[in-house]
Amino acid sequence: MFSYYLKLAYLSCKRTWGMTLLMVCAIGLGIGASMTTITVNYLMSANPIPQKSEQLFFVQMDSWEPNNPYSDDGDAPEQVTYRDGTYLWQAQKAKRQSIQTGMSAVIEPADKEVLPFMVQGRANSADFFPMFDVPFLYGSGWDHQADLKKERVIVINAELNERLFGGKDSTGQTVRMAGEDYKVTGVIDRWNPKPKFYDISTGAFNAVEEVFVPFSLITEQKFSRSGNTNCWKPSESGFQAFLDSECIWLQLWVELPTEQDKQDYLSFMNAYAKEQHQYGRFARTDNNKLRDVMQWLENQQVVSDDASMMMAMSLMFLLVCLLNTVGLLLAKFLGKASEIGVRQALGASRNDLFIQHLIESGCIGLAGGLLGLVLAILGLEAIKVMYGDWIRDLAQLDLSLVAMAIGLAIVSALLAGLYPTWRACQVQPSVQLKSQ
Amino acid sequence: MLELLARLELGLIFRALMRNKIGALLIALQIALTLTIMVNAIFMMQERSQQMARPSGLDETNTFYLSNTIFAQNYNTQTALQQDLQRIRQTPGVVAVTQINAIPLSGGGWSMGLQTKPGDDLEGTGTAVYMVDEHGIEALGVELIAGENFQSSDIVWREVGSTKWPPKTIITKALAEAMFEGDWKKALGKTVYIDNHQPVQITGIINGLQAPWNGWNGVERSMLVPQQLDGKGSRYFIRTEAGRRDELMPVIEKMLADSDRGRIIRNVTSMQQTRDESYQEHQATNTILLTVIIVLTLITGFGIVGLAMFSINRRTRQIGTRRALGASQWQVMRYFMLENLLISFAGVILGAAGAVGLNIWLVATFSMSPLSPVLLVIGVVALLIVGQLAVSYPALVASKISPATATRGRA
Repeated sequence: MFSYYLKLAYLSCKRTWGMTLLMVCAIGLGIGASMTTITVNYLMSANPIPQKSEQLFFVQMDSWEPNNPYSDDGDAPEQVTYRDGTYLWQAQKAKRQSIQTGMSAVIEPADKEVLPFMVQGRANSADFFPMFDVPFLYGSGWDHQADLKKERVIVINAELNERLFGGKDSTGQTVRMAGEDYKVTGVIDRWNPKPKFYDISTGAFNAVEEVFVPFSLITEQKFSRSGNTNCWKPSESGFQAFLDSECIWLQLWVELPTEQDKQDYLSFMNAYAKEQHQYGRFARTDNNKLRDVMQWLENQQVVSDDASMMMAMSLMFLLVCLLNTVGLLLAKFLGKASEIGVRQALGASRNDLFIQHLIESGCIGLAGGLLGLVLAILGLEAIKVMYGDWIRDLAQLDLSLVAMAIGLAIVSALLAGLYPTWRACQVQPSVQLKSQ
Repeated sequence: MLELLARLELGLIFRALMRNKIGALLIALQIALTLTIMVNAIFMMQERSQQMARPSGLDETNTFYLSNTIFAQNYNTQTALQQDLQRIRQTPGVVAVTQINAIPLSGGGWSMGLQTKPGDDLEGTGTAVYMVDEHGIEALGVELIAGENFQSSDIVWREVGSTKWPPKTIITKALAEAMFEGDWKKALGKTVYIDNHQPVQITGIINGLQAPWNGWNGVERSMLVPQQLDGKGSRYFIRTEAGRRDELMPVIEKMLADSDRGRIIRNVTSMQQTRDESYQEHQATNTILLTVIIVLTLITGFGIVGLAMFSINRRTRQIGTRRALGASQWQVMRYFMLENLLISFAGVILGAAGAVGLNIWLVATFSMSPLSPVLLVIGVVALLIVGQLAVSYPALVASKISPATATRGRA
């Protein structure tokens, strides 16, 4: 029966090919536009570290100006001061803790023919690597001792390893950076979390750094810091004064496996804030926050307004396309009234007719969905060209999105076909046959 | 009036419509949604275009900049900087060069608060800070409208980590207006306070110079301070004679790179490119919105054509009968045009309400500004025209139906 209905659908579509084409195009365009924006939104709001996102917490300490809260809604600042950050890090109260900031430096390749070049890096403590499940191609990160002793050690990414060492295992070799030799302890394999959750302060979808060095080296002033620095209180000149100042410029993540650990850590933070309050700091002692990865990304609104606005628009667009399809299907099915009358007179039940027309709608939906998929791929390509590099990894269809596109198309077409089908089944055979 | 209505057969059209409510309703809904989306999309495009159209205040077509990163040890940064600037200045075709700490529209820079009185708990006026030398005004190509430029004796070195500010500043008109009750002329010669306590005298006012952050609501507020940064990273901002920028960019890059192997010259970028990158997302979003509007209008238009064609096919015999009873071709055509107008009217009324509703939601969720009523009116008129254009072909086909059809059997 199914194949017979398919054949009927094919004949019917062929007879009114103009209308059919219009419907397929309408559904295709609607699905194409929606899938393009849904893809970008879906990837922007993806969980970058699903296996432990609920155990990783971003630390916010409210050391900001007494009279003016940091943000309008009273939330604590997005970064911490050097004093508070290093205190919490040194306390080692969490299972793991990573203190970090961005940095950049010049690397001088051993081959003097190759020009020196600039790298973007991260100064972080040892726990960074195990905490964020960073995959290693060779070697590993450094240990806590290296942090404390300010050892010149470095972790590089696979691209840089390719560039400096031809892709070979470079652990134990040295890299000349900022005028000093750094020993390579590990090479990171391809790792590109989107969003780049561990530091979204300069862009949630930036590329992962090329080098990683111990955070404690930041006090040596060998390389320059990068990222945001916000200050509210004037301070004296000089680097030590800067470290002691109320400027916020570094980020602290902690790993707390259980809810109890989280509560304990929060009490520890609040106790520290109270203690500092006695020295005239921390005007708001209980405004300290621990947010897990997804809460933090949500709080920082990594899904851009533009992206959600576009998605809302494209879903409305899909709705217009569906209304269009409903109208056209209605016209089409009612145009077949006499044929339906004949089929009924020849013994087809309403049920049969209902299924027959739903299959026809479904076929149109399937065709629209396939067209929509092609349009979505084109749309995503266009987005990559127009928005530039940062969006590249956010404009890729995966299998579940493809399935979703086709599913969405068929479901929408069936929904659009329901009313016209119902109307078609209401045809009175006697009336139709009489008017012949 | 009633007579006119009768002559236009509105009652007849309305009664006929009521017999095919759903078809009419579907078109009306489509038109309503199209209007809702269209008006808001155009509005968003306008907002972005206006932002992009704001002048940055500097000579964008003839300026570029580069970064100089020193890696050599035991390097005399101050002498090297002066030498570099001297070399660039002597290159034929260069109008002026200055060292600068941040680039307008680039997204990264310094900001400070300025207060008219000293004190810890006072709310300052936020401003972008550009550290330049006495060639800064000429190199940027900004216009000094009051006071005077920095002298070479004003320029002081700023060490890394220093929090000391020099005693003079040149500010933009917008910053002056923000601090002195809208009257920028009052600002000249006044002393303001930076970093809560340090006094700075306003010795000059420039017409305009945008901050590095294009989305900041204080983007027109900037100050120039006579300082040269002493450090291992610096930026040079260069202005060339008209039309010679592209020719000089590689020349200067090579000249600097060859002159000294202890540093890297990178990010040689024109201001034009900086602007394009700064507004890349705006530009892209506008292109997408425009595409959406066009495609949406086309779909709605074709939907109208399709449904009208269908309804005309169904009514072939009726139309033939009307023609046989003496209706002119024009009357038949007018019938369908008016029918569409009636449906469209219902659609745009619903759509106008929808557009305002969507706008209210957008204002609340994405802090957009409220819609202008003029735009709504334009949208309504545009959609009515689209409806009429779309229906005109089917109506024309209908008018061509021969009166003889009435006597034939059903097609």
